Amino acid sequence: MTEKILARASGREAVQPGDLILARIDFAMGHDLTIPPAGRIMRDQMGAERVWDPKRVAVVQDHFQPAKDAASATLGRMTREFARDMGIEWYFEVGQGGICHTVLPERGLVLPGELVVGADSHSCTYGALNNFATGIGSTDLACVLSLGELWFRVPETLRFVYHNRLGDWVESKDLILHVIGAIGVDGARSKAMEHTGEALRHLDMEARLTMTNMAIEAGAKNGIMGCDEVTEEYLRGRAQRPYQPVASDPDAVYERTLEIDAEQVPITLAKPMSPDHTAPIDEVAGTRLDQVFIGSCTNSRITDLRRAAKVLEGRRVAPGVRLIVTPSSHEVARQAEREGLIRTFLDAGAAWTTATCGACLGGHMGVLGEGEVCLSTTNRNFPGRMGDPKALVYLANPAVAAASAITGVITHPAEVMREPVPPTPALPRKGGGS
Amino acid sequence: MLRGRAWTFGNNVDTDQIIPAKYAIYSLDEKKLGEHAMEGVPDNEGWAQRVASGDIVVGGSNFGCGSSREIAPIAIRGAGIACVIADSYARIFFRNAINLGYPILQSPQAAEAIEAGDELEVDLEEGVIRNFTKGDEYRAEAFPEFMTELVRMGGLVPWVRKRLAEARGGRR
Repeated sequence: MTEKILARASGREAVQPGDLILARIDFAMGHDLTIPPAGRIMRDQMGAERVWDPKRVAVVQDHFQPAKDAASATLGRMTREFARDMGIEWYFEVGQGGICHTVLPERGLVLPGELVVGADSHSCTYGALNNFATGIGSTDLACVLSLGELWFRVPETLRFVYHNRLGDWVESKDLILHVIGAIGVDGARSKAMEHTGEALRHLDMEARLTMTNMAIEAGAKNGIMGCDEVTEEYLRGRAQRPYQPVASDPDAVYERTLEIDAEQVPITLAKPMSPDHTAPIDEVAGTRLDQVFIGSCTNSRITDLRRAAKVLEGRRVAPGVRLIVTPSSHEVARQAEREGLIRTFLDAGAAWTTATCGACLGGHMGVLGEGEVCLSTTNRNFPGRMGDPKALVYLANPAVAAASAITGVITHPAEVMREPVPPTPALPRKGGGS
Repeated sequence: MLRGRAWTFGNNVDTDQIIPAKYAIYSLDEKKLGEHAMEGVPDNEGWAQRVASGDIVVGGSNFGCGSSREIAPIAIRGAGIACVIADSYARIFFRNAINLGYPILQSPQAAEAIEAGDELEVDLEEGVIRNFTKGDEYRAEAFPEFMTELVRMGGLVPWVRKRLAEARGGRR
């Protein structure tokens, strides 16, 4: 699939792994940390006066926005002015977009068969929609904005075949953490990860996006999936352009094929301080927590919030623990409001924030201090990712996050759900806490 | 020819260790970024202040994994580091360095053998790393011609300028 998209984009009959190509870009994205440098490089250094196609560019205010300090306000302003000056069609202001990797699929801007680049490492997320999508730097983005093309090395492809179905409480997050644990944070370095198999057919689009989102955590160039009924259904009424899906040939050549029995995959967490430092939940259950964070482009879409809210419904966050819930887009927040999920989070004693990358990259609204322990639904837990280099971060799925916030220690959601909901009013009259 | 002292790091040094995200607010200030380079590596505070201009960073495998932030190679350059040698690179760090025209070398042999403080000499044209402390010599892997050419011409900026000029010429 990856090779077909790259061949099409570079105007060739076929390409081989290792080929260096110059390819046309179908869609490009930058945000408040990458547009300011890219805009400056494009205009001042490359000498381009306008972007190649303002209809094929998204600019999103998400990383340090709403501005966390005066310096990030300056970056926000530069980002805003760039979008205005260049007539960018897909500009997402604070309060109207959210995290770029949720917003672009949600608005039907990244489509099957396309070549998409984003100046953010998690741009690989879009591949669940049957496209080649990869993260690039700011100079790369400046090149794309100037010319609408960029150089690539055609990657080798690793194929992952998932048999059977995931078990109860086991999510696509557990599956991808399991894979990263098996192959390592450089196990797919510069390669394509192609996900296939029966287990995927039972996953909705949001669950699939969680898997391709974390391709970069195995070092991959991109993560990609086929186009099926689930994909078509998701894109109906949403796709902003006509598109041409791609499928792998039956005789496609893979560098390696890995077979995984999804039924056997347990709830899986990544322990500090690396996404490949994985463990089944039994091994880490009982670990004491200071903070639980439900957020990010990995696991804070509406289905994620529904699963967390289901566990939290009628229950309270444990004394001594703080739960922070950051929806991944404004649309997700609106939907959560319609469904009453926000009420559930607030009644449980959680902090509900605006849609932003926020705590995931140690930006704001949940940065960790020295020695603090956090369970997070995000994507990476290298030292210092969420704040102090000596803070400890566990990665998990949203239901585990909700259950662990209720008990204050890492907990299997089934354990919490076994206990009846306490009959007392959810919110105590005075203060709360211990 | 580059000459400097080696600073060694382990495997999977990620971009949050090279330059913690909080310093992204200085995205447009290379010197300021340089002051905080490698600050996220545990127990490595004040590293940038100990670096002498021209020193060399030697990393393990998958150097620069994690975020796409181009400020990672920029911070290392801003700290005065002349070039980076590693067993292997994460792809976005690799692209960013090439696009910036910043010299990086891939040499598992060198990454394995070099110890902190070793005096090194790097011949970029020949792809040879000499270790004066140990009396060793290591070869760096050759990159595809296009990438070598990009570094030689100073990165992606001059390349784009050239293409834009050609396009303008073509339109006339």
